[in-house]
Amino acid sequence: METSKRYTARLFSLEILGILLAIIFLVPFYFVLTNSFKPFAELLANTTSLPKAFSFHNYTEVWKIMNFPKVFLNSLIITVASNAGLVIISSMAAYRMVRNNTRLNQILFLLFVSAMIIPFESIMIPLVKLAGNIGFLNHIWGVVICYFGFGVSLNLFLYHGFVKSIPVEVEEAAIVDGCSIFGVFWRIVFPLLKPVTVTIILLNSLWIWNDFLLPLLIISGPETRTIPLATYSFFGQYMKQWDLALAALTLGVLPIILFFLGMQKHIIEGITAGSVKG
Amino acid sequence: MESAGKKRIYQFIFVGPAVLFFTLILVIPFFMSIYYSFTEWNGVSTTVTWIGTDNYKKIFFHDPDYYKAFVFTFRYAIVGVLLTNLVGFLLALLLTQALKLKNLLRTIFFMPNVIGGLLLGFIWSFIFVKGFASVGELTGLAFFNLPWLGDAPTAFWGIVIVTVWKGAGYVMVIYIAGLSNVPKDMIEAARIDGATKLQMLYKITIPLIMPSITVCLFLTLSWGFKVFDLIVSLTKGGPFNSTESVSLNIYQEAFRNNALGLGSAKAVIFFLIVALITVIQVTITKKREVES
Repeated sequence: METSKRYTARLFSLEILGILLAIIFLVPFYFVLTNSFKPFAELLANTTSLPKAFSFHNYTEVWKIMNFPKVFLNSLIITVASNAGLVIISSMAAYRMVRNNTRLNQILFLLFVSAMIIPFESIMIPLVKLAGNIGFLNHIWGVVICYFGFGVSLNLFLYHGFVKSIPVEVEEAAIVDGCSIFGVFWRIVFPLLKPVTVTIILLNSLWIWNDFLLPLLIISGPETRTIPLATYSFFGQYMKQWDLALAALTLGVLPIILFFLGMQKHIIEGITAGSVKG
Repeated sequence: MESAGKKRIYQFIFVGPAVLFFTLILVIPFFMSIYYSFTEWNGVSTTVTWIGTDNYKKIFFHDPDYYKAFVFTFRYAIVGVLLTNLVGFLLALLLTQALKLKNLLRTIFFMPNVIGGLLLGFIWSFIFVKGFASVGELTGLAFFNLPWLGDAPTAFWGIVIVTVWKGAGYVMVIYIAGLSNVPKDMIEAARIDGATKLQMLYKITIPLIMPSITVCLFLTLSWGFKVFDLIVSLTKGGPFNSTESVSLNIYQEAFRNNALGLGSAKAVIFFLIVALITVIQVTITKKREVES
């Protein structure tokens, strides 16, 4: 129907409606961003206007107080290391479980999948105790290993579904040619898993980067803090200091927003794919 | 063919690490949680005293705060689910029209979702406390001059507003995927037969995107039930504990009051309810698959 594709007055009014809604969605960002440049007195007097002068004073203060480069690096290391480990252990396990579909592996798969029901809150108390016993507390790698445990179920589930759709003939041919099972996996299968690997990394990154409760329980020192933890403790100390607090918030939000804007096509595709599978 | 010995080695190398971390981080703490729920333990001393079902009795008969936290969480989850899905669905309907700015609008509506609940809550606490006051002065609208986050009703609705702002874009993406799978010829046929827009929505579109609706309803329900970060940064459970969620209550009991046994019992009850909801979800989804 070519006629229905014409840009009608109705579409134009819907376009305006969409823009108005988008402005409502963006208003909080406007408030935080503009006020983060104002000195405290100006902020108290009026929060709706643009700042009289754009001063980066708040940002340089916060950068020092929060030790921003350090906390940013901590968040980055935790997210990257958790992703790397999760991708390796769950793709390998999923591959073996599909190709060697024994009774044991069927039961294991069922266990992994049913564990997705368990909410973090219902096991966090003994986890802290256990983490203390094996020396995980206040270590970045302790947090990373916890993410291995919490992420592996969903990651393995997504890989499992994908491996099933890869034809086994290529692998058989490679084995006949003398390729080892590790060669088959890393050189043939793993590259084929790329679409689901991208989805998994994006979903994991959004979750781990933003996660607050697990690092809150495992990490306490300023040296190992992540961005959410540093923001939390900053707000504890500077609750009424909105000028500094808003600069801290902007710094904290900026990396993930930039990440999203760069990867949005993949993120939105990943969510769509994940939801269709249920 | 792989020999039996090789099979065992491969199983160990490929599946072993996943099972190891899964067991260490998830399975062991899960069973410890059940064990601790029958004990009294302050987390510091080495003595863990077995007290049978005393914790559960205490929760059921002498813990109005936990009960209150459940009532709040249920109310919040239901209101949040309905509004998030309504807004998300309307946004999806809007963005499946042939708009010129479709992609830009989708990006903007989705963007709040990538920010973590903690930082979002802090952003909005500024908006509620300072921003709304300024807008109220400027416009004189009573809505903005309410004592936002200062009393129980505005704290509740404040949390709901932020929840919808964060979640609507996410479910919108799922609804857009569902809506674009609705066959165009079916809509066209209904239009020729003289169906109104509303009839088409109720009789064709909604039944056809039922799978997306189920996914979104339970996704948002599970977010609602586990809410923690947002509450910590917006209200800390106040005023007067009126916005304390179940997860916050468990956290306080275990790590503020150092009652780890009692906290574990609360955590086990929380698990049972979440599990029940998930089982209902899976049953409904499975049933739908058979029907279609």
